[in-house]
Amino acid sequence: MRNPTSMGGRDINPNDIKQGAFAKRPAKKYIMKRLWKYLGRWKLIIALSLLFVFASNILALFGPDLSGKAIDAMLPGGTDFGTVFHYAWIMIACYAASGILSYLLSVLMTRLSKNVTAAMRRDVFERLSALPVSFFDKHQAGDIISVISYDIDTVNTSLSNDLLQIAKSAITVIGSIAMMLIIAPKLMLVFLITVPASLLFTRYTSRKVRPMYRKRSAKLGAMNGFAEEMIGGQKTTRALNAEDSIISRFDVKNAEAVEAYTDAECFATLMGPSVNFINNISLALVSVFGALMFIAGQITPGQIGSFVLYSRKFSGPINEAANIFGELQSAFAAAERVFRLIDELPEKPDAADAGVLRDVYGDVLIKDVEFGYVPERTIIKNFNLDAKKGNLIAIVGPTGAGKTTIINLLMRFYDVDKGEICIDGTNIYNVTRDSLRRAYTMVLQDTWLFSGTIFDNIAYGKEGATMDEVVAAAKAARMHSFIMRLPDGYNTVLSDNATNISKGQKQLLTIARAMLLDSEMLILDEATSNVDTQTERLIQAAMRKLMQDRTCFVIAHRLSTISNADLILVMKDGNIIEQGTHEQLLEKKGFYSELYYSQFETY
Amino acid sequence: MKKLLEYIKPYFGVMLFGLFVKFAAAMLDLLIPFVLEKILDDVVPTGDKVKVFTWGGIMVAFAVASVVTNVYANRLATRTSGKITLKLRHDLFAKISYLSAEDTDKFTIPSLISRLTTDTYNINQMLTRTQRLGIRGPILLIGGIIITLTLDPILTLVLAGSLPIIAITVYFVTKISVPIYTSCQRILDRLVCVVQENITGVRVIKALSKTEYEKKRFFAVNEKMAKEEERAGFVMAITNPTASLVLNIGMTLVIIVGAFRVNSGLTETGKIIAFMSYFTIILNAMLGITRIFIVCSKGAASAARVEEVLNANEGLPITEFEAADSPYHIEMENVSFSYNKIENNLTDINFKLRRGETLGIIGSTGSGKSTIVNLLIRFYDPDSGTIRISGRDIRSIPRSELCPMFGIAFQNDFIMADSIRENIDYGRMLSDGDIAHALKLAQAEEFVNATEGRTEHQLSARGTNISGGQKQRLIIARALAARPEILILDDSSSALDYKTDASLRKALHNAFPDMTSVIIAQRISSIMNANHILVLDDGHIIGSGTHEELLRSCPTYMSIAETQMGGERYA
Repeated sequence: MRNPTSMGGRDINPNDIKQGAFAKRPAKKYIMKRLWKYLGRWKLIIALSLLFVFASNILALFGPDLSGKAIDAMLPGGTDFGTVFHYAWIMIACYAASGILSYLLSVLMTRLSKNVTAAMRRDVFERLSALPVSFFDKHQAGDIISVISYDIDTVNTSLSNDLLQIAKSAITVIGSIAMMLIIAPKLMLVFLITVPASLLFTRYTSRKVRPMYRKRSAKLGAMNGFAEEMIGGQKTTRALNAEDSIISRFDVKNAEAVEAYTDAECFATLMGPSVNFINNISLALVSVFGALMFIAGQITPGQIGSFVLYSRKFSGPINEAANIFGELQSAFAAAERVFRLIDELPEKPDAADAGVLRDVYGDVLIKDVEFGYVPERTIIKNFNLDAKKGNLIAIVGPTGAGKTTIINLLMRFYDVDKGEICIDGTNIYNVTRDSLRRAYTMVLQDTWLFSGTIFDNIAYGKEGATMDEVVAAAKAARMHSFIMRLPDGYNTVLSDNATNISKGQKQLLTIARAMLLDSEMLILDEATSNVDTQTERLIQAAMRKLMQDRTCFVIAHRLSTISNADLILVMKDGNIIEQGTHEQLLEKKGFYSELYYSQFETY
Repeated sequence: MKKLLEYIKPYFGVMLFGLFVKFAAAMLDLLIPFVLEKILDDVVPTGDKVKVFTWGGIMVAFAVASVVTNVYANRLATRTSGKITLKLRHDLFAKISYLSAEDTDKFTIPSLISRLTTDTYNINQMLTRTQRLGIRGPILLIGGIIITLTLDPILTLVLAGSLPIIAITVYFVTKISVPIYTSCQRILDRLVCVVQENITGVRVIKALSKTEYEKKRFFAVNEKMAKEEERAGFVMAITNPTASLVLNIGMTLVIIVGAFRVNSGLTETGKIIAFMSYFTIILNAMLGITRIFIVCSKGAASAARVEEVLNANEGLPITEFEAADSPYHIEMENVSFSYNKIENNLTDINFKLRRGETLGIIGSTGSGKSTIVNLLIRFYDPDSGTIRISGRDIRSIPRSELCPMFGIAFQNDFIMADSIRENIDYGRMLSDGDIAHALKLAQAEEFVNATEGRTEHQLSARGTNISGGQKQRLIIARALAARPEILILDDSSSALDYKTDASLRKALHNAFPDMTSVIIAQRISSIMNANHILVLDDGHIIGSGTHEELLRSCPTYMSIAETQMGGERYA
């Protein structure tokens, strides 16, 4: 019922469906530019954050130097307490200021990321609303949703954390180097060994670990997919008593997922300790050389202490660079998916001189129409139809014959490749889509209800519908007494897993919704196939009454219900192979008569 | 968490060993600044360069030992939690596979899926992280404090005095932020719901020109979501600056108190320098522990969700009942059933079928047709009445015996992403001959042979790459493939055109004359030749008999026949 591909999707060659692929892949530079477009809207916040990062880190950088100076003022029996207190006060002031600044910074970054996320979600949704129906026929709902929830979230987390981290690291590294140079330039030589070592190591590991992470995601995805599929089909598995075989298949996927996870993590665990190791080595080197320098009288103990603290500060960011780099990679991949979705081509805009279709009478003319879902495969050729006001046009044919294609063309969910469709002599390509679509009332096989009250769902098509109108529509659709039996009546909230309402009742609700509309033409897409024949007859009586003197297009399997149609279109493999009235078609003894008589064949 | 502990138990020894290694590794890390202090305070004043190098060498040795032990312990932890997750996930999937239908309804399928995927992932992460960081953090913290105590107890007390303040901050921030995060999750669900509705309802929305309305609906939720996230962010942002500030102030106090102690000769400056190194370690450990809190609370929530399923009931019990001699193959006697135990979905259902006979069931949506199938295969037990197969009460037949009796094609049955062959075999190890025969009977032979790769052709999930009619034919083939004694078709030929439907019925009748069938349909033509036909309405039988009998006795049946057949050719 909620399968997005079940309508137009079945008419589309499955080879054309690229799951998960949106528009073309943009270049990395382009992605950065696009990201900046979002960030750039809040320049003031960015400028302030940069200022705060700078200030809070500089303040924090003074800490070790100040403590070193305070320590140097300590001497057994001869401590200069004035100096110690002097530096202590400055230290506290620095740390307090730095703390306040870093909190403010977090607040700013939270605000920034909130703004960016909201704007991105908004843009994605805005684009989704403008996309043609064909897009939704080709892409899985889950894939689109993961862009809005997961991908945007990834971009956002990375933006607020990593950018901040990079700015912080840059300042810390530069600041630490400066401070260390001031304290003991000679000791800096130690880093000639350790810095290249850690850089090389980081590069090596990040290069090695990236494909492992990719494999981890892929295997986990495969397991999730399998679990989702098999739990969904649990009833079948149980009826076939095939649980054990399915469980053993799950075990394989599970083992692969755990193995990929463990492999990646095992390798990644190298990083932390190794980086720590390089740190410790530089600490050892600093101690030894520091001690030697002290013996030579070139350095004070306080200076060694400060130097050690700076060296720790300094190596931290370099090691973290590896992690940040990895995270940025995933953020870029996510941003790419977001932008590819935003870059999808929207429905072609209405012609600039498009008029508004109003006062519709109800004549529909289809002339020399050619159409295919993919350019190489034309499925409707040379299609002509002249429906007068009040006619009933029936479309029949086996499943997959392309019956919904006609509706797609009438409603302009898809545009014809050649030919024209006119309403009351006006070409539908010369009027706005909105006014064209409003001229029809449509009831689809896939019932669509949204989470809201029953009242809202029925009144959906008509703005400002009153309770009386809604009740009248529900009565006409034979739903009123059922609705009144619900505890909250018309205010009953329909949720996704509503168990209080059956499939057939959902169908009746969408019919009630259609009853409220007063357009000149009606489209029924097998709309009543889930309702029992009894109710269907009653509904059809109501529908016929409602649609008296109006033009109707009906798709149905039940031949009896359409034998009084003014025109029957018989479709097979996407093509219209026969058309005429019931009698004419029976006389012809073609595909239609075969279909018709087979329903009475017995075994 | 109780159940999770059972899974952890077998690995207790390994984990304890890992903890010990981790402890050693952390101690090595802690010893390094200790050596630094030694060099500065004891070695340097002697001016002995050899000793400086010796102690430097010891530091390097410690560093090497630390990296080796840490990597080893981390890998051990990752492997152990991998093994625990593997077992947990296996058990959870198996449990879900055997879960009683009632419990499946209670949990709902999407929720079961997310418990199996997201929640087990969270648990795996929690296990790995807590072993790796959760032990390291506290050890570094406690170890750091112990070593500083040996360096100078008074100074340590000054520093340690700041820890309670941090603990209180973390406690309150967590307490405030967790409910906010929960509410964020709820709003996110809502946001996803709106998007999903817009995707599935794209045709309706466009047809009714409701795009602007939907946008407003989305923007409202989006705005709410952003606000709530911001609120959570503001609260969470308090922790780190506060922790750093408090510790840094503690450190400054150490320097001041240290100054007095150095002055009175109670301590040395080298100790204060080493103190500062430990201080960094303690600060990082403290921040690490805060992070563990977040991972653990997430993992604990997931563990609770998983345990809920693991503790659920498995299937229905087998009770002994005396088998009676019966000429009938399937009997339903005075059966009543209700899903919610408030309103009956089936009331007083009776029918008897001999071997080889066909039962047709027709009735409106929600009249209880599929419920009869659910009771026959014992997904649920009836509230009253009995169901017998060959005289045996089905409550006395073990599932492994009961299920293979049936071949069922459910309404909207499912196709998995695998080959056509696998979809029909479904892990039952059927022979190629059986499968070919089933395809032929189900009228699927022709199209399968025409597709590339034939039975090896890969189907996509939910069978989106074949048509509805082809899907139904494969599902019917699956039901037939194991040559069941009872075939049930639950509205599973609706997408077939009349002609194919008729050939299918003919082929079944010829191939398996002894197979008893239950056919549920909307079309009268699918069931009009059944030996018995039940007309259901609101869970009650309102008509029972053959086609001809019903045309005389049942007004509802008559009117259905009239609508569907145009009133010309029946009787």
